[in-house]
Amino acid sequence: MKNDKILLDHGSGGKISHHLTTDMLLPVFDNPILAQLNDGAIFELEGKRIAFSTDSYTVDPIFFPGGNIGDLAINGTVNDVAMCGGQPVYLSVGLIIEEGFPIKDLETIVSEMGRAAKIAGVTVVTGDTKVVPKGAVDKIFINTSGLGLIPRDVDIASHKARPGDQIILSGTIADHGITILTQREGLSFDTSITSDTAALNHMVNQMFAVSKEIHVLRDPTRGGVGTALNEIADKSKMGIRIYEERIPVKTEVAATCELLGFDPLYLANEGKLLAFVSAADTDAVLAAIRQNPFGNDATVIGEVVADHAGRVIMETRIGGSRIVDMLTGEQLPRIC
Amino acid sequence: MALKHIEEYRDSKLSKALVAKIKRTSSRDIRLMEVCGTHTVSIFRSGIRSVLPPTISLLSGPGCPVCVTDQKEIDAFIELSRVEGVIITTFGDLMRVPGTTSSLQKQRAEGKDIRVVYSTFDAIEIAKKNPDRKVVFLGVGFETTAPTIAAAIFSADQMKVTNFSVISAHKLVPPALEALMAAENVMIDGFILPGHVSVIIGEKAYLPFCNHHQIPCVIAGFEPTDILQAISMLVEQVENRAPALENAYSRAVTFEGNTKAQKMLDDVFEPADACWRAIGVIPQSGLKIRQKYEHHDAGKLFDIKVSGSMDPKGCACGEILTGTKTPPECPLYKTICTPIDPVGPCMVSTEGTCAAYYKYHV
Repeated sequence: MKNDKILLDHGSGGKISHHLTTDMLLPVFDNPILAQLNDGAIFELEGKRIAFSTDSYTVDPIFFPGGNIGDLAINGTVNDVAMCGGQPVYLSVGLIIEEGFPIKDLETIVSEMGRAAKIAGVTVVTGDTKVVPKGAVDKIFINTSGLGLIPRDVDIASHKARPGDQIILSGTIADHGITILTQREGLSFDTSITSDTAALNHMVNQMFAVSKEIHVLRDPTRGGVGTALNEIADKSKMGIRIYEERIPVKTEVAATCELLGFDPLYLANEGKLLAFVSAADTDAVLAAIRQNPFGNDATVIGEVVADHAGRVIMETRIGGSRIVDMLTGEQLPRIC
Repeated sequence: MALKHIEEYRDSKLSKALVAKIKRTSSRDIRLMEVCGTHTVSIFRSGIRSVLPPTISLLSGPGCPVCVTDQKEIDAFIELSRVEGVIITTFGDLMRVPGTTSSLQKQRAEGKDIRVVYSTFDAIEIAKKNPDRKVVFLGVGFETTAPTIAAAIFSADQMKVTNFSVISAHKLVPPALEALMAAENVMIDGFILPGHVSVIIGEKAYLPFCNHHQIPCVIAGFEPTDILQAISMLVEQVENRAPALENAYSRAVTFEGNTKAQKMLDDVFEPADACWRAIGVIPQSGLKIRQKYEHHDAGKLFDIKVSGSMDPKGCACGEILTGTKTPPECPLYKTICTPIDPVGPCMVSTEGTCAAYYKYHV
C-alpha cells in the first residue's frame, strides 16, 4: 500500500521525511552542496566560507511555556547556522498570517523575535509578510533564513565523526517536545515543564575557543537525539554507542513520556546540541559547555566506534543492548 | 514524586543481581510467553533478551490490542469514517494500521474527520461541541482500557449526549490464554501475565486457567526489574516442577482486582464471541455493548457493510501473535514489510512484535 498523498509522517523528521528529501527533492535540485544534507548549506563564496540555512515554523500552539513561535523561529535558524560551524550574522523573516489573527498576538510574537535576535546577536535584514484567507493557514506560520561566516579553522559536517570521538549532549532531552504535546488540545496536563528554546551560537563560540577537534555539531530538533545520532552514524559510516544511564531526562519529562508511551530519545529539543569531539579535547569542551547557562547539565553520553557502521546501539540500564533506530513517522500515543 | 518510585525499579544493581540469580537457577530449556504488548516493548527497550542465559527463550503473545483487531473490524472503522457527518475519535495506535485498501491515517489525509484522543471522555467533549455531528469512538483494547470506555458510555447516557457512540472491538485476556493452550504447535512452559489488565481483573481471574493447565504463571509489572523478577519466579517454578499462579506486581495487583471497574464493565458490556486477527473466533473473548445502551452502540446505529476483507498476503502475523514464529521467520520481515511500509499490524503498532524486533533487536 504505497502513499499517493502527503501524510503528517512526511513532516515528522524521521525516516519517511528523509525519503521525501532524498527521493524527490534531492534529484531535482541535485548539487554537491545540498547533497551533504547538513543542518544548513556550507559553501565558499568570494574566498569566504558561508553557512546558510532556512526553516519554517508551524508550531501549534503558537504560545507555549518557555517561548512562542517567534523566538523559536529566530533561535531555530540561529542554531542551524551555528551547527554548520557558522557564526550567524543576518536573518530573513517571512510571515504568513491568517486573516483575523489578533494584532496584539502578532505584536507579542514580533517583539519576542526582536528580543531573541538581540540575545543571539543577529540582525534581521529582510522580510516578507503575507495574509491569507481564514483557514488557509493555522493562525501564523513563520519562515526564517540565516547567513553566517565559518571561521577558517572550523571544519564541521555530519559525515566527519571518527572512531574514538566522544559524544557530548548539552543538557536534558525532550523538554520542548513534551511541552508542546502537553499543551495541545485534549492533553491538558498541569506540569511545570517548559520549552528549552534558546540560541546556542554563543555556546558554540565558547566551544571553538577551547578546541579545534570538534568534528560534528547537531541540534537534535524534530526527530530528537535518536534520529540525529542515526543520521550522523549513517553519513559518517561509523557505529555509535550510547549509555542509557548517562542520558539526562528531567524527572517530570520522563514521567510524562512513561504515561503517554513516548520515547524521549525521539522528542524535539530546541536548545540542546550534540557535539562529537576527539577524546583528548572532550574535558575542555565539556567544561566550556557547562559554563554556558544553557549547558549546565552537559554530559558525555557515548562514543563513536568502528564496528556496526551506520547503526546506533544503546547499552541499557540493566546492562543489555538494543538498537536505537531512526524514528519512522509521527510518534502516536499508545492505547494502554 | 512518582518517578522516583519508577527509578527504583530501573535500578541497575538490582537488575544485575536478578540476572545473576536467573543464570544460576536456570538449567532446562524453557519458552516463556509475555502476553502483553507493553511487556514486549519493555523487554526490547531494556535489552532483557540480551542478558538472559541461552536456556530461556521469550515469546511475544497476542497482547498488542491493535494487532489482534480483526481485519474486518479495521475495514469497518475505515468505512465508518466515510459516512457523512461522522467524526471518528480513536487512540493513536490505530491510525496507521493498514486495512484491506486504506488506513485511518490515509482517510484523514483524504479529508475525513478523524481525531486522535487520549481519553474517551475527550470524545464526549467533542460530541458536546458538535451536536449536529455523530461522534464515534473506536473501542479497541483489553480489560485495561475497556472500563474507561464503559464509564464514558455510562456518562454519555447520564448526560444525554445522544450523538456519542462506541464501536466495540474489545478483547479479553483469559479466553485468549485458553485458546493459546488449545492451539497446535504452541509450546509454552510459562506465562508472564499482563500487569495493567491484572490491576482490573485481579489474580482470581487466572485461577481457573492455571488450575486446569498446571502451567507456571506470574503477573508482572513493566519495569525491567519487575520483568526480571517474574522471569526468575517462573524459572524457579519450572526447575522445581511446582507450577503456580504468583503475583510479582503486588504493589498494583490484588486478588480481587478493581471491583468498581469490574462493575462498570459488567453494567455496560457483556461477553461475546470475538474474532482475533489470523487466530479466528475465540468463544466469549470479546465485549459487546448491552442492549440497554444500544443507542450508544455504533455497531447498531450505523449500517456498515464490509466485504472483501483480506488479511495481508504472506504476512505471518497469526503465527507471530501465537508465538509459533518469530518475526525474522516471516518472509516479509525487513524485505517488503518495514515500519515505513508495514504490511501487517505487528509492524505498525508501537507494541507490535515485529516493530519491536525491527526497532530494538541487536
